[in-house]
Amino acid sequence: MELRKSYFADQRKDGLHEIGQGRPRLDSPGHVTGKTAYFADRNFPGMLHLKMVRSPHHHARIRSIDISEAEKHPGVMKILTARDVPHNVYTILILIQIGPEDETVLADGKVRWKGEAVVAVLAETERAAQEAAAKVKVDYEVLPAVFDMEEALKPGAPLVNEYHGQNHYLYDSGECRKVRFGDVEAGFAEADHILEQTYQSSPIEHAPTETTGCVVAPEGNDRFTCYTNTQAMFFTLDNASIILQMPGSKLHFVGGTVGGGFGGKVDVIVEPIAILGAKFTGRPVCFIYSREEEMQISSPRAAEKVVIKDGVMKDGRIVARKVTGYTDAGAYSRHSPYGAQKGAAHYPGPYTIPNVWIDTYCVYTNRTPSSAMRGFGVTIGDFALEVQMDKLARLIGMDPLEFRFINAYRDGDMKAHRQPTEGAALIECMQEASRAANWPVAEKYMAMSSYRKGG
Amino acid sequence: MVKVPVQFTLNGSEKAELIDSGATLLHALRDKIGDTSPKGGCHQGTCGACSVIIDGELRLSCLTLAETCNGAVIRTTAGLAEGGVLHPLQRAFLDAFATQCGFCTPGMIMAAKVLLDRTPNPSREEVVEALSGNICRCTGYEPIIQAVLTAARANSQNVA
Repeated sequence: MELRKSYFADQRKDGLHEIGQGRPRLDSPGHVTGKTAYFADRNFPGMLHLKMVRSPHHHARIRSIDISEAEKHPGVMKILTARDVPHNVYTILILIQIGPEDETVLADGKVRWKGEAVVAVLAETERAAQEAAAKVKVDYEVLPAVFDMEEALKPGAPLVNEYHGQNHYLYDSGECRKVRFGDVEAGFAEADHILEQTYQSSPIEHAPTETTGCVVAPEGNDRFTCYTNTQAMFFTLDNASIILQMPGSKLHFVGGTVGGGFGGKVDVIVEPIAILGAKFTGRPVCFIYSREEEMQISSPRAAEKVVIKDGVMKDGRIVARKVTGYTDAGAYSRHSPYGAQKGAAHYPGPYTIPNVWIDTYCVYTNRTPSSAMRGFGVTIGDFALEVQMDKLARLIGMDPLEFRFINAYRDGDMKAHRQPTEGAALIECMQEASRAANWPVAEKYMAMSSYRKGG
Repeated sequence: MVKVPVQFTLNGSEKAELIDSGATLLHALRDKIGDTSPKGGCHQGTCGACSVIIDGELRLSCLTLAETCNGAVIRTTAGLAEGGVLHPLQRAFLDAFATQCGFCTPGMIMAAKVLLDRTPNPSREEVVEALSGNICRCTGYEPIIQAVLTAARANSQNVA
């Protein structure tokens, strides 16, 4: 790889020992010899297998749960329901004061999405656990469900999640995250052209090759070791501690080896219930998603809808941008309130726009809860913004790359959320992109720099 | 559950196990014998992470019944390094940054080995074709293809 050291030469130290040097991966020798120990490579004598009974309905009241037949199934050691979970209603980000707790470990009185965990069955073999799970009888009263964000926000829509009281997350700024900068209506009044477009995306499944799961081993004295493929070790440890009402000193988590995650393994779903199973039975427990579960149950990237209205001048300057973003959290918050918030900060794009108005909503629907995935909250936004940039350039008959040079933020520019731009280097990236893609731009853009002393 | 005796040679060692009739070779290798180098990604024959070599053929151990392997010679990635020296494929994967999470790596290496055993100097297209049954979700295909081509070159140089 070639490093272009001509850029920012006066601002950079070159006597570094690590940066710019190739280094072998520390875990690679284990990978190529097949010795790397993933959680499922831990096998303990007497290990039980956990299978979930899951909701076949998108939204339903649970009238009754009958586990009597399942309990009699050969090999079954324990069946867990909501009443067995010490702190059954939780939310992952409560650790950083983002509430309310809105999700059940095992469904209690109601299910809010198709696939929600209702009853956990622990048995000697995977097959026995599966067969017993099929014998659990749950009596449901099916309720009206809502799958569309705009429908969910309408008055009178079915209420998805009672812990919120309405079908959107309530931020301290109100029903949405807001950014206000300059006077957006004055900007539109001044603009030569206005373009409003709507962009939408579907949920996206991460599909890691290694499915989500954990293996729990009781260590005596009410202590447990949990081998897990979590991508968020301390969220998982601390949330397990809250859910199980056990001090962290009783829980030993072993992780760090993840067979593909892409953000899909940051939720705290499998560990607490597997530890609870080990606590009740005194036996090691394995809870691993089947491929089918991984594809249907694990949280996807949120579906999003982005409405962008831009005001642009004939000379290429964007003078006003108004964005309304909607993030489909599904039935529970998980990481979505944070994703929607990131969108609010991101929608101005890497561009300097004097008048900005942004609202982003985190909406609850009866769909699979969505959560983290590679730049969640901003990736779909970037797609929408850059398609919008191309459309704006076409609208005023300007080269799309040159159009971006005109609007690119440079050091010293004030961003819409009132952080001055520092170390942007966007101009330089676009200059290199122009060369690499053989997409020439006018010489005046190749002479620009992100770095300008005193503006 | 009916148990059946199964004997085979795994990476040069004789193995004899009583296996549940109907159990997969993947289960026998991982849970009975303790060779966890074949990985269970999909258990339905689509991801290739469980690939092993049976009598010289690339096979999916999640779709192979253990009891059909009586008398077979089986090789897995765990047995590829000889005397602590990495196989050229392992060395090439290591050097070419061809592993990310590593979960697909043992299956990839088995698929690549069968290719190189038969076609010591494959074209890029032949490498792509040989690895087409193995899914890498960290999008590492290019470094993997390069690693296999590098290992092939190293092999041919050794022969010459």
